[in-house]
Amino acid sequence: MSAKEEILSRITSALRDAPTPEPVPREYRRTSDMPEAELIELLVDRIEDYKAHVDVVDSAQLAATIAERLKDATSFVVPHGINEDWLVEAAPANDARRRVDAPGAILSIPELDSTDAVLTSSAVSIAESGTIVLDGTPDQGRRAISLVPDHHVCVVPVSTIVRLLPEALPRMDITRPLTWISGPSATSDIELERVEGVHGPRQLDVIVVKGL
Amino acid sequence: MGMPSLPVFGDGNLHIDEPFPDAAHRELGNTQMRANLRHATHTIRDKRLKVVGELPDWEELRDAGAATKNHVMANLPALLEEFEKNFTARGGVIHWARDSHEANKIVAQLIKEQETDEVVKVKSMATQEIGLNEYLEEQGISALETDLAELIVQLGHDKPSHILVPAIHKNRTEVRDIFLAEMPNVDPNLTDEPRLLAMAAREHLRRKFLAAKVAISGANFALADSGTLAVVESEGNGRMCLTLPETLITVMGIEKLLPGKEDLEVFMQLLPRSSTGERMNPYTSLWTGVTEGDGPQNVHLVMLDNGRTAALADKYGRTALNCIRCSACMNVCPVYERTGGHAYGSTYPGPIGAILTPLLTGIKSEENSSLPYASSLCGACYDACPVKINIPEILVHLRGEDVDSKRGKKKLPTQMDLMMKGAGWAFSSGKNLALLEKGLPLGKLAAGRDKKIKRLPGIAAGWTQSRDIPAPPSQSFRDWWKKEHQSPAKTEQEK
Amino acid sequence: MKIALFATCIVDAMYPQTARATVKILEHLGHEVIFPTGQACCGQMHINSGYMDEALPVVTNHVEAFEADHYDVAVAPSGSCVASVKHQHPILAERCGDAALKARAEAVGAKTYELSQLLVDVLGVTNAAEQLGSHFPHKVTYHPSCHGMRSLGLGDRQLDLLKSVGGIEFTDLPEADQCCGFGGTFSMKNADVSSAMLEDKTKNIESTGASLCSGGDASCLMHIGGGLSRTKSDTTTLHFAEILASTIDEPVSVTGEVFVGKGGK
Repeated sequence: MSAKEEILSRITSALRDAPTPEPVPREYRRTSDMPEAELIELLVDRIEDYKAHVDVVDSAQLAATIAERLKDATSFVVPHGINEDWLVEAAPANDARRRVDAPGAILSIPELDSTDAVLTSSAVSIAESGTIVLDGTPDQGRRAISLVPDHHVCVVPVSTIVRLLPEALPRMDITRPLTWISGPSATSDIELERVEGVHGPRQLDVIVVKGL
Repeated sequence: MGMPSLPVFGDGNLHIDEPFPDAAHRELGNTQMRANLRHATHTIRDKRLKVVGELPDWEELRDAGAATKNHVMANLPALLEEFEKNFTARGGVIHWARDSHEANKIVAQLIKEQETDEVVKVKSMATQEIGLNEYLEEQGISALETDLAELIVQLGHDKPSHILVPAIHKNRTEVRDIFLAEMPNVDPNLTDEPRLLAMAAREHLRRKFLAAKVAISGANFALADSGTLAVVESEGNGRMCLTLPETLITVMGIEKLLPGKEDLEVFMQLLPRSSTGERMNPYTSLWTGVTEGDGPQNVHLVMLDNGRTAALADKYGRTALNCIRCSACMNVCPVYERTGGHAYGSTYPGPIGAILTPLLTGIKSEENSSLPYASSLCGACYDACPVKINIPEILVHLRGEDVDSKRGKKKLPTQMDLMMKGAGWAFSSGKNLALLEKGLPLGKLAAGRDKKIKRLPGIAAGWTQSRDIPAPPSQSFRDWWKKEHQSPAKTEQEK
Repeated sequence: MKIALFATCIVDAMYPQTARATVKILEHLGHEVIFPTGQACCGQMHINSGYMDEALPVVTNHVEAFEADHYDVAVAPSGSCVASVKHQHPILAERCGDAALKARAEAVGAKTYELSQLLVDVLGVTNAAEQLGSHFPHKVTYHPSCHGMRSLGLGDRQLDLLKSVGGIEFTDLPEADQCCGFGGTFSMKNADVSSAMLEDKTKNIESTGASLCSGGDASCLMHIGGGLSRTKSDTTTLHFAEILASTIDEPVSVTGEVFVGKGGK
């Protein structure tokens, strides 16, 4: 008997009393109704609690804000699908600071390691927990680019913010590689006190964009 | 599938080799460890209460979590098949392991195929349980723990004492000393500030992450309807392991399944708040088999039994498998707070360990029968458990299994056996108890002038090591009722 | 209302004044109290120690004793014993394969109340000074026992009743929700851990400066009191029923002595 067959047979034996559990009660909050301004306020409060920096801007100010957040970076990586309009002030296409990661033209791990920052968009954000989800679509890129550089600048369009986790999951394609980010990397491993900044990006700047 | 088979128990790092009271006695003497644990557990208790209190629907989430897990256990074969089909369809490879030895062999073989002798690891209870690091070392493969607390334990040649924060028994100064002594190229002026200690770990591990060919992980959840795996973490070491190496090997207990994506909406609210007391952990990674151009292209999953099916066969104990390894139960446990995790001997300490360990290994294994008694049954663990595992009830059930397993095997009854037999006689009828209570004045006599009993023989000496017993009254309530309160008419009837 | 008293074995044999206080309170409120004489013990010492076979006759006896009389509700001055009657008895009967006993145990359990539950939820007592004439001019702190707090969900019922006693000076107990370390035979089998828990409990009690620590379970109070006594503390323990039963005319001392009639008889 293969290991699989044997384990399945053991399970069948273990369940010979045929337990019939009750149906799953879903009485918890699955929908919400929160005005946009409050939603933004909640998300900002939660993300700042994680010691990340948050700007809330109109779409017209986005390019300038990105430039401001990236001004100290000697180099930064962008995924190939990033909106060019976002970069007009930070680094036009011919700028030497800018490194594009694209399928077929990926940056090596050492290249990523020598890059100061990364700019990505995001797929959906959960206000109640201050969580931003990246899903690897072209304006967010593959997972490594938002991991290896030490400074992550992440754009959150207001239209992608929901209040509750149950409202966010239907917006995710679960089979894509997903990364849920709640603040910069952190640890509570010493005396269970949280300190920010370990292996993931130590600096997280979030730009919440109204009208996007 | 033929005749029902007997439960097949697990092995690995699942044994306490001395009775819990002896181990606890030793650990209680470590005052530094006790101070560290008190500080850490009280910190996390307050954080957990704050973030749990924020959610108006916490109890509803717990109800959904408990019911979901019960559903998973009742439908495990179908869900496992469904998961395997989906994970495999997307390029992942599944291996099944009956026990720790089989799992270790599979993992070692997969590593050897990649022609490397060093792997990076993200914290995993399953690999701790099966003793993977020790096995790989025998095979000439070094496994580098990358979680900060695991790293502290590994560098300190120590054992984990907590499932979430394996180095919880160490304070910042002790961590600094371990780093200074054991970490190559560490700054000799390193202070004990946690932020700087975390930085030192970053420096130490960064080259390893960037160069690793193979990573090993556990998994917090597996979604059957999509074949997706999830790892919940804080530091980014998980993302490093799950993203950069070409080969990823995940070891996961068969009980980790969830039916589908919508279940994450429950468990990803329950888990972070219960474990680190955060609204959400910094990073959660989800992957489904292989994604071209993103992350490991050689993806394996080892599905582990190692006694889980035996636990499932115990209908009063099987909900222990619902555990999502949050550690809330140990953080609130007054016994764990004082003895620390090492006293429990097993990979799984604290209240959940006191039930899960003997369920996985069988109650008769080594000294594991002493684990279900490592509780005052105060119930704080049950209140804190995000999936409502009734730990006190299962502890009591396993005590019953222990007593029953020893019936008729002993040449002489123990003192506890005799005490229970005597009390059983006294307590099984009002008349018997009334007869016994005639002896109360004798106890009063024994207590002497200060009206205290200070020393008792045998197992009752445990009580009098730190407590007096008051002198009994000269008259029981029953006696008073009959003689002084009950109406004469009633007394007459009884005659 | 006709109320059947379940004294519990420890109160019956060691703390009869707690049961007498319970009777006094209920009779003061105008209810008839009966004492089913077949009763002995709830059996939780056996159950919690794993001696299920030995527990079965004890549980059966309890069920029979409380089926023998007609009454409206049963009451016990113990959260732990009531939790056992309500939760453990049916489980034990099921485990021993006795479905009929399970149903009978459930019926008895459904009619059984812990004292503060009965007073607050059924009898509508919210102010002990006004409704019971309770008077106890001493500084008191309070330990909520685990089984009452967690298994029965008593909340602040005992605490609120105590605070409403005339003349009482109440002081909060630090880390009140922490177990005192009793746990039945846990205190013998794991005496070292139990003692460490007790030490923290007694230190917290002494830090309040209270004359006594009250609570709703005689077993926990015996444990805490035994620890205080061993450290030669002046602080004592007293069941909340005895404090509720203390009146200006029949005051109870901090050690539980009852003075019948003002100035003594």
